[in-house]
Amino acid sequence: MQGPILILAEHLRGEIADITYEMLGVGRKLADELKVPLHSVVLGKDIAPIASHLGVADSVFVLDHPQLDMPSSEVMAALLKTLIEQKHISLVLIGGTNVSTGIGPKLSYRLNLPFVNFCRNLWVKDASVGLTSQLFGGKILSDVRLPDNRGVVSVYPGSFPPDAGKSDRKPSIEMLDLPLWESIPLGEETKVIFKQYLEPEAGDIDITKQDILISIGRGIANADNIALVNELADALGGALCASRPVIDQGWLPLSRQVGKSGMTVKPKLYLSLGISGAPEHVEGMKDSGLIISVNTDPNAPIFGVSHYGICADLFDILPTLIEEIKAHKSE
Amino acid sequence: MDIVVFLKMVPDVVEELVIGEDGKSLDTQWLRMKLNDPDEHALEEAVILKEKYGGTVTVVAMEAPEVEEVLFTALAKGADRAVRLPGDWTGIQAPAIAKLFASFFSSANLQFSSETLILIGSQAIDDLEGEVAPYLAEILGAPYVGVVTGIRLDEEKKKTIVMKEFAGGLRGEFELPLPAVLGIQAAEKPPRYVPVAKVRSIMKSARIETVDVSPPEIVSGLSVERLFIPEATGKAEMLEGPPETITAKIVELLTERGLIRR
Repeated sequence: MQGPILILAEHLRGEIADITYEMLGVGRKLADELKVPLHSVVLGKDIAPIASHLGVADSVFVLDHPQLDMPSSEVMAALLKTLIEQKHISLVLIGGTNVSTGIGPKLSYRLNLPFVNFCRNLWVKDASVGLTSQLFGGKILSDVRLPDNRGVVSVYPGSFPPDAGKSDRKPSIEMLDLPLWESIPLGEETKVIFKQYLEPEAGDIDITKQDILISIGRGIANADNIALVNELADALGGALCASRPVIDQGWLPLSRQVGKSGMTVKPKLYLSLGISGAPEHVEGMKDSGLIISVNTDPNAPIFGVSHYGICADLFDILPTLIEEIKAHKSE
Repeated sequence: MDIVVFLKMVPDVVEELVIGEDGKSLDTQWLRMKLNDPDEHALEEAVILKEKYGGTVTVVAMEAPEVEEVLFTALAKGADRAVRLPGDWTGIQAPAIAKLFASFFSSANLQFSSETLILIGSQAIDDLEGEVAPYLAEILGAPYVGVVTGIRLDEEKKKTIVMKEFAGGLRGEFELPLPAVLGIQAAEKPPRYVPVAKVRSIMKSARIETVDVSPPEIVSGLSVERLFIPEATGKAEMLEGPPETITAKIVELLTERGLIRR
């Protein structure tokens, strides 16, 4: 028999993360179709006020404890395991984010349930839960069936509309009590200690506030080529940003990174040069006003989110483009 | 300190990926394998730690095409031991890989002890579970942090202080005792380059050890119904022609939207 669905509410510094609403929205749909309750759980320190925002769920379980400031994945898995067993939960959705990384695999290991990462879609067909997981950086999708509708699923951010998970309705809130807490061998589980937040390095510019962004990826090939792109940025009055590989190479500072670990940007123009468009990058730029992309690979996923695409070597395009923009401005 | 880096070969996604006849797996005939990107960073971080704090670096990888070259390159970069786990590991999934890696310690005259620090790429792109490190931490009963971009040790070398990425440039600092398992997102410096000549010379002087491990039996219970190539939604309008035609069109698009001001 199918049990309830549980959404792990994700929050950072007292703010509910969008992924929580995404999961509540799709979770509601699944729960209604399967005719099972939808529950959500909030674990943390000083987080009780968050629960009232989760009205799409039938009930919200809250464990608010001073020791739960940024709990480790071990502690989260231990607490969730107890809750899942007590409430006979069948299906658990967890955010596929950096904050929640590791909880899903640990929980699946402890509960002996299957785990699916990178989930982009979830549905019910013939009373059976199916899902689509992305593989190989989004180049391949895989449809998977969960045995007995039981499992732990990590939901890729940006896969579902967050609005479907928002409601003014007040959920029934159940404060979890200490017996649950004490059943966890905390001494064993708190080996990982959260020390402090490290604030974003203050960059020379804030890329989230720019109207025009020129973004570079692996295709830039080496650091010397950045000068040419800078020339374009100057001509357009825009700023330079990049995908992960460029930042990891140390060619641009962390403050210029667009994507999952970096910034989410919505400029009027996003001109991407030599970026393939891995999902982690697309997540941070897909809502830009006008997206123009240059890439040598005609099948690059970046063309799927761009308004205009140019299948060419960026070095064949750049000099002419700079020249033309300069000429146009001086006309 | 014994730093152990588990490396994994994955298909190079720059190449076109072809789905096999069963519709449920990739056609391996067309795959070009490369080292998983985050694993390359895990190796770099291991060598950086060895340079700072001493100790040894052991790299371990499952048998796969091109793996010998990757292991020799790791030795050229500064690893002390390179180990290949022979077998046909096609289609092996993260939980089973973790079990395999855990069994390495019992069969490789390398103790899993309070001196052990395990580094693995935070994610791999080629299986449904996608994360080996947390499974391995569970099996070994060791603490774990993922998405790590920096590591240091305390004075006694008993604890690690690690930096983990959250989002929007925000990071967190965590402390955990050894032994530990860390999922590496990026090394604090870009992976070093080693000249081919140095790799060639290591190939002559060093050797890759093999350690026999038995294939773990883990049934995930998941049934893959099909693999497919995603249809691009909202596909871009492609601009074609010689560079001058393309750039003229770009300038036109930008001017229409008031994005170029005279």
